[in-house]
Amino acid sequence: MAKRPVLTRLAKRPVLTRLAKLESLPIAAVLLTLYLVFMITAPNVFTGHRIYMSFLQTIPPMLVLALGLTFVITAGEIDLSFSAVVAFAGFVFTWWYRTVGEPWSALLLAILAGALVGYINGVLVAKIGVPSIMATLAAQFFWAGLTVLLAGGASWNIKGIQDEALHGIFVGRLFGSIPAQSLWALALTVFCWFLLNRHRFGEEIMFVGDNPNVARVMGINVERTKIKLFTMNGAMAGFAAVLLTTEMNTFWTTQGEGYLLPVMAAVFIGGSSIAGGEGFVVGTFFGAYIIGSLEAGVVATGIGGYWTQLVSGLVMGASVVLNIVIGDGRLAAVSNRVRSWVTPSRDDGG
Amino acid sequence: MAEQEGGSRFRIDAPADRGTVDPADPAEGYALRMAGIEKYFGLVCALRSIDFEVGRNEIVGLIGDNGAGKSTMVKILTGVFPPTRGTLTVAGRDVDFRSYNVKRAHAHGIETVYQDKSLGEKQVLWRNFFIGREITGRFGFINVKKEKEIAQQIMVETIGFRGQGITVDSRVSQLSGGERQGVAIGRAMHFDAELIILDEPTVALSLKEVRKVLNFVHKVKESGRASVYISHGIQDVYEISDRFVIMDRGEIVASIAKADITLRELNEFMLEYAHGLRDEGR
Repeated sequence: MAKRPVLTRLAKRPVLTRLAKLESLPIAAVLLTLYLVFMITAPNVFTGHRIYMSFLQTIPPMLVLALGLTFVITAGEIDLSFSAVVAFAGFVFTWWYRTVGEPWSALLLAILAGALVGYINGVLVAKIGVPSIMATLAAQFFWAGLTVLLAGGASWNIKGIQDEALHGIFVGRLFGSIPAQSLWALALTVFCWFLLNRHRFGEEIMFVGDNPNVARVMGINVERTKIKLFTMNGAMAGFAAVLLTTEMNTFWTTQGEGYLLPVMAAVFIGGSSIAGGEGFVVGTFFGAYIIGSLEAGVVATGIGGYWTQLVSGLVMGASVVLNIVIGDGRLAAVSNRVRSWVTPSRDDGG
Repeated sequence: MAEQEGGSRFRIDAPADRGTVDPADPAEGYALRMAGIEKYFGLVCALRSIDFEVGRNEIVGLIGDNGAGKSTMVKILTGVFPPTRGTLTVAGRDVDFRSYNVKRAHAHGIETVYQDKSLGEKQVLWRNFFIGREITGRFGFINVKKEKEIAQQIMVETIGFRGQGITVDSRVSQLSGGERQGVAIGRAMHFDAELIILDEPTVALSLKEVRKVLNFVHKVKESGRASVYISHGIQDVYEISDRFVIMDRGEIVASIAKADITLRELNEFMLEYAHGLRDEGR
């Protein structure tokens, strides 16, 4: 029997269909393409390891924030207050460490401070019925304002933190170059994937975001789930604040401000639906690295800083379109079309 | 056939004369019994003196216009909210309304299939089968393999999905309206429901899809379970019910056995009712 052409045999296997099922593959492809383009356009910067180490140092706080926000978005809600939590929890961490001199309790307090902000958001949204966009917008102003007041509008130095074990564990350099925070963020990504996709809590979040009425009649306590969700997001923002503050050895009152839009962009280009019911942790992971790499990449190509926003917008738009096209199963349709082209029909004697 | 009275075949104004049927053979007992149920929302009375029973393996068609109180009654039965007063007995066990909720209703063997809120549209089928009752290991992590296996079994054996391109990994949005209701009914049957409440399960479905749903309801009866079927489609209700309970403005006004009424008579009865002719003697 004559062997079939390789292409025919490949087409027999629905490779594209299977690939399309891999979570967030299009976004991973966008990130890879982006780095390849940067390697060609800025070889001096992107063929060395230093730029990547720099990304592993700067992106983790944004990734941690984006992971928390992914859960909120999946539940069909929004949280605009996390950037203020980065400032507030950072202040709590700094103030406690400077006052008491003990970093672990400072870490715990910072996370608790974030959780408290999240809990209040959750109660406002779930119990009182304030739309989350409004409740968290107000919270954003309130907690940012309170932080400025408490800190007296000044930056606070915590140089002593460099000598603490906590510094080495969370933001030290593994093998002298790999930032530890990148590994913590990676571990948190894995944990969040399991929490969303394999844990009862994650499933409840998906159903709450999909249709709260369905969730309610299926026995899910929608209000409690939302409160837990916002609390968790606040706690994660508290942790991100510690990573940032410890890495910089300084607290400043506006340290969270730059994160609001990039973090939201990372979640959305990762494929999570603003309508709720669907969330992609892996997509958020790659989304954060795309967003976090864009500016440095564009500047490194030498086309000038003025292009940064334009290119960022282009990449974000392309990522979202790609995600929608492939997520809709249209890739499977393309796969079937290719198969029908290359698979000989019965009449051909195949 | 019930006696004609005052130009009407069934009296509706005196509770003692509500139809002629014994809801269930007392020897077999009741799947469910409500007594003296009242529900107030503030000063508004939504349900008044509801006495309602469903026999084991009986299908009761609950009929009434919008605002008659059918959904309020269902929500009390299914633990969404408690009544202001009254008692509920499920399979011989009294329900304590202070701790009664949807999960407790499930534990009592009451499952509900709603018109449009039984399934999560964007979620895969295996998640929909087990939402609220996940098979979990330590720390609440879901045993996905087991859930998928059981979901597959329900789809093939209980619902009868075979070779229709639908798998446990299909999203609900890929299913037709009838198939969705089939999934919801199959889920209810799998969880050993004593009583399955179907709240307008055929609204907005094509005739073919309605037929699918009715076939699923027939399976409920064949499997020895009881059901309360709520619908505005008198023909559908007539086909599958053993008894019809008619509600109006928060009260049960008639209970009629299928043997005592033809479809045409039931239609006329409801039409007269809808036109207010029944109000003349009230």
